[in-house]
Amino acid sequence: MIAHADTIPPARHPLIAWILRWILTTNHKEIGTLYLCLSFAMFIVGGAMAMVFRLELAQPGLQYVGADFYNQMVTLHGLVMVFGAVMPAFVGLANWMVPLMIGAPDMALPRLNNFSFWILPFAFFMLLSSLFMQGGAPNFGWTLYAPLSTTYGPPSTDYLIFGVHLMGISSILGAINIIVTIFNLRAPGMTLMKMPLFVWTWLITAFLLIMVMPVLAGAVTMMLTDRHFGTSFFSAAGGGDPVMFQHVFWFFGHPEVYIMILPGFGVASQIIPTFARKKLFGYHSMVYATASIAILSFVVWGHHMFTTGMPLVAELFFMYMTMLIAVPTGVKVFNWVATMWRGSMTYETPMLFALGFVVMFTIGGFSGLMLAIAPADFQYHDTFFVVAHLHYVLYPGAIFAMMAAVYYWLPKWTGNMYNERLGKIHFWSAVFGLNLTFFPMHFTGLGGMPRRIVDYALPYADLNMVSSVGAGILGLTQFLFLYIVVDAIRGGTGKATGQVWDGAEGLEWTLPSPAPLHSFHKPPQVD
Amino acid sequence: MMPFRAFACIPAGIGALTRLPVFLSRSLSVGLLLVLPQSILAQGWDMREGVTDISQRIQTLHHISLFICLAVGIVVFGAMFYTIIAHRRSVHPEPANFHESTKVEVIWTLIPTLILIGMAVPATITLRDIEDNSDADVTVLITGSQWKWHYQYVDAGIGFYSNMSTPTEQINNEQEKGEHYLLEVDNPLVIPSGLKVRFLTSSDDVIHSWWVPDFAVKQDAIPGFINEAWTLVDVPGIYRGQCTELCGMNHAYMPVVVEVVPAEEFNTWIEDQRVAMELAGEAAVAARSRDWSMEELMPIGEAVYLQHCATCHQPDGSGQGITYPAQAGSLIATGPVDVHIDRVLNGVVDTEMQAWAPQLSDLDIAAVITYERNAFGNDMGDLVQPLTIYNSR
Repeated sequence: MIAHADTIPPARHPLIAWILRWILTTNHKEIGTLYLCLSFAMFIVGGAMAMVFRLELAQPGLQYVGADFYNQMVTLHGLVMVFGAVMPAFVGLANWMVPLMIGAPDMALPRLNNFSFWILPFAFFMLLSSLFMQGGAPNFGWTLYAPLSTTYGPPSTDYLIFGVHLMGISSILGAINIIVTIFNLRAPGMTLMKMPLFVWTWLITAFLLIMVMPVLAGAVTMMLTDRHFGTSFFSAAGGGDPVMFQHVFWFFGHPEVYIMILPGFGVASQIIPTFARKKLFGYHSMVYATASIAILSFVVWGHHMFTTGMPLVAELFFMYMTMLIAVPTGVKVFNWVATMWRGSMTYETPMLFALGFVVMFTIGGFSGLMLAIAPADFQYHDTFFVVAHLHYVLYPGAIFAMMAAVYYWLPKWTGNMYNERLGKIHFWSAVFGLNLTFFPMHFTGLGGMPRRIVDYALPYADLNMVSSVGAGILGLTQFLFLYIVVDAIRGGTGKATGQVWDGAEGLEWTLPSPAPLHSFHKPPQVD
Repeated sequence: MMPFRAFACIPAGIGALTRLPVFLSRSLSVGLLLVLPQSILAQGWDMREGVTDISQRIQTLHHISLFICLAVGIVVFGAMFYTIIAHRRSVHPEPANFHESTKVEVIWTLIPTLILIGMAVPATITLRDIEDNSDADVTVLITGSQWKWHYQYVDAGIGFYSNMSTPTEQINNEQEKGEHYLLEVDNPLVIPSGLKVRFLTSSDDVIHSWWVPDFAVKQDAIPGFINEAWTLVDVPGIYRGQCTELCGMNHAYMPVVVEVVPAEEFNTWIEDQRVAMELAGEAAVAARSRDWSMEELMPIGEAVYLQHCATCHQPDGSGQGITYPAQAGSLIATGPVDVHIDRVLNGVVDTEMQAWAPQLSDLDIAAVITYERNAFGNDMGDLVQPLTIYNSR
C-alpha cells in the first residue's frame, strides 16, 4: 500500500513538504500520533481552565475572576476535557494499536481517517474562539441545560453548537472506520473471540459512538432552532419542555461516559496480564461484561435527573438499572484481581498506572453505586460529591488508563525506552495530587456545597484549599509526563527490543521497535 | 523531588500559604477519617442527619451503602494488595497457569446481585414515602428567578421575595465575612413545625433547584412546570440551603433560609404579614399622593440600586459587557423617561433583566429610576414620582 504522502512531488521546500506530509497523511500511525498530540494539547488547555477555577475556589470570596468568567471556565473545562482530551486520546490510541493488534496493514478507510482527524482542530478553534467574543464564552455548564443555554445563552453559543456538530461528525467517521477495520482486516485465524480485549472494548465503544453522537447532534440542533428559528422544543411558553433537553442530552450523556471508560478497561486488560505474566482471567466474561455495560448504559440516563420531578415509577426503574451496572463492572474488577492472583508480577510504570486505574476507578464506582440510590441522590445531586465521583471515574479511569497505554506502547512507537525512574515519580506524584484534589470533594459535597458555584460558605474553606493545592500538584505532573515522552522520543534510556516486555503477548510485539511506518504487508497467521 | 517544588510554586496556595499547617492537618485527618467512620460523624463531614424523618432515613441509606462499599472495598483491595505483595516476581517467580472458571464467574455475579437487592429494598420504601405529597396542611409556592426566591402562601394569599443579604463588601473581601456568609437572606421562608408543608416549585426564567439539606428536600424549579415536594419538621429553628442548579452568573448567591416556628407563632406571623401588606398599601397611597424631592429620592434609590441592580450593572454603573449593559451614559438612563420606566417595570423578555413591577413598590421604582438618571455622571436632572410609576403599571 502506498501512502498518499509519498506521492507529493519532491521539489517542494522541505518545511512545506513536512507540513503537507502531516496534513495529507493517510497512515494510521501518523494519524494516531496527530490525535495524541491534539489530545494532549487540549488536556493542557482544559487543565489550565481547571487551574483558573481552582485558584478562585481556594478561598471564599471573589479574588481573581468574576462569576461569569468562572462559569465560562467550568463550561469549557468540561467540553474540552470530554471532547478534546479523552475522546481523541482513545481514538488516537485505536488508530495506532487496532491495526497492529489485529495484523492489519492500516485502517480500512485511510482518507476518511485523515478527514476525521482534521475536522477536530477546526472544531476546537470554533469552540475556544468563543472566549474572545462579545458576551464571552458559553457559561451554562458542559451539560448545556435549556433554557439557560437557549434563551439566555450568550451569542457565542452558536459556535459551540457548530463545534459540537463537527466533533460529532469526526467521532462518527472515526467509529465507522474502527468498526470496518475490525470486521474486515483481521489477520487470518483471528476470530472475534481471539481478539485482544482492547480491540473488543473499542469495537463496542465505536458502536456506542455511532448510536449516541447523532442524539447529541439532534439536541444541539434543537437548541439552535430554539435560539434562532422560532421553535419551542425546550420552552414551555411555546408548548415545549426544558426537561426534554435533559432527557435527550443524558440519553447521549450516559453512554458517553462509557465511551470514555471502555477503552480504558481494554488497556488495563492488556497491561495487567503482561506484567502478571499470566493470561487474562475470564476473557469471555470480560467481553460479555463490556457488552452488558454498553447495553445497560442506554437505560440509566434518568439517574442524572432524579430531582426534575420524575414520577415514582421512573425513579425506581432508573435506580434499579443503575444499580445493576455494578454487577458487570464488579465482574471486571474481580477478573483483573484474579488475573494478578498467583502471577509473577513486576511493577513497571504501565503496570503502576493500570493498578492505580483499577483501585481508584473502583472508588469512583463505589460512589457511583451510592449515587444510584435515588433517595440519597436527593442529597448528593449537584453537590461536590458528584464532582468527586465523576473525577474518580474519569481521571483514574480515562486519563490513568491512557497514560498506562502511553508508557506501555511508547517503546513500540518510538523504539526507545522511557526513563523508568521518572515514570515512577510521575505515577506517585499523580496519585498524590489526584487524591488530594478529589478526595476532599466527597466531604465538601456531603457537607452541602453545591457544584458550579464561584463562592461558598465558610465551613467549606479548608477542604477547598486542600483541593486547590492538590489540583496545582496534579497540574504540574502533566509537564513531567510531557518531559518523559519527549525524552523517550529523543532517545530515552536506550533502544527497545521488539518484544519490549517479557510477558507481553500479541501481534504488535512481533514487529520491530519502532514499528515500521508500514506494517503487516502480508497478514500474519494466528492459530 | 517534583512534588516539593510543585508545592512551593503552586499559585493556588499563594494567598493562604500561611494557613498551610492548618489544612495539612485537616487533610491528614481526612485520611484518618476513612479508617474511623465514627469520627466522620463527629467532625460534621458526614451527610447531614437533618431534622426530618426523611432526612434521617436518607442518612441511614447513605450509611448502609457507604459501609457496604467499605466492606467490599476492604475485601477486594485486601486481595489485591495481598497479591501485589505476595505474588511479585522476586518471591513468586513462576506464574500459575489458570485463566478461566465458570464457577467463580457465576459466584461473583450472583453475590453482588444479592447485595444490590438488599440495598434496593429500603431505598424503594423511602423513595415511595418521599413521593407521597398527599394531605399537606400548608402549601407554599416557590418560584425561582435570577437570583432570588419568591415565596407565596397559597391559602393565606400572601407572598414575598427572598434575596441574599450578604453585603457585597464581604464577597469582595473588603469586610470580615459573617458567620452565615452567603447563607443569609432578607426575608426567610417561615413554616410551622409539626405540620406537613407542601412545596410547589416553579421558575420565572431558567431552571433553579430549591434545596434545604436538613430537610432532604431538593426539587428543581422548572419554568412552565410545577413540581411537588414536602416536609414535616418537628424542631423549630433556622435552616439554610442554596440553589443547586446552575442558573447563571449569580448562581452562588441564591441562598434558601427557612425559619421553622411553632404552629401558633406561624398563625400570628401570617396575620402580621397580612397587616404589613395592608400598611404597605396605605404607605403606597400616601407615597403617590405627594411630590418627592431629589434629596429624598436619591438615597432611597441608591439603596434599592445596590440591593437589586448592582450585582449585574455594578455599583458604579459600569456594567459587564453586552450581557449586563452599563448604566453610566446608557441610552436608556439618559433617554426618554417613559422608556426607562417601561424597562424597569416590565424588564426585557428572554434576558436576565427581569420585570420589577411585582417586586418593588412605586416609591422604590421611582427612586431607583431617579437615581439611575442622576448618578454615574448621567446628570439628567429629572425626577420620577411614585404617582407616575403607579399610572405606568
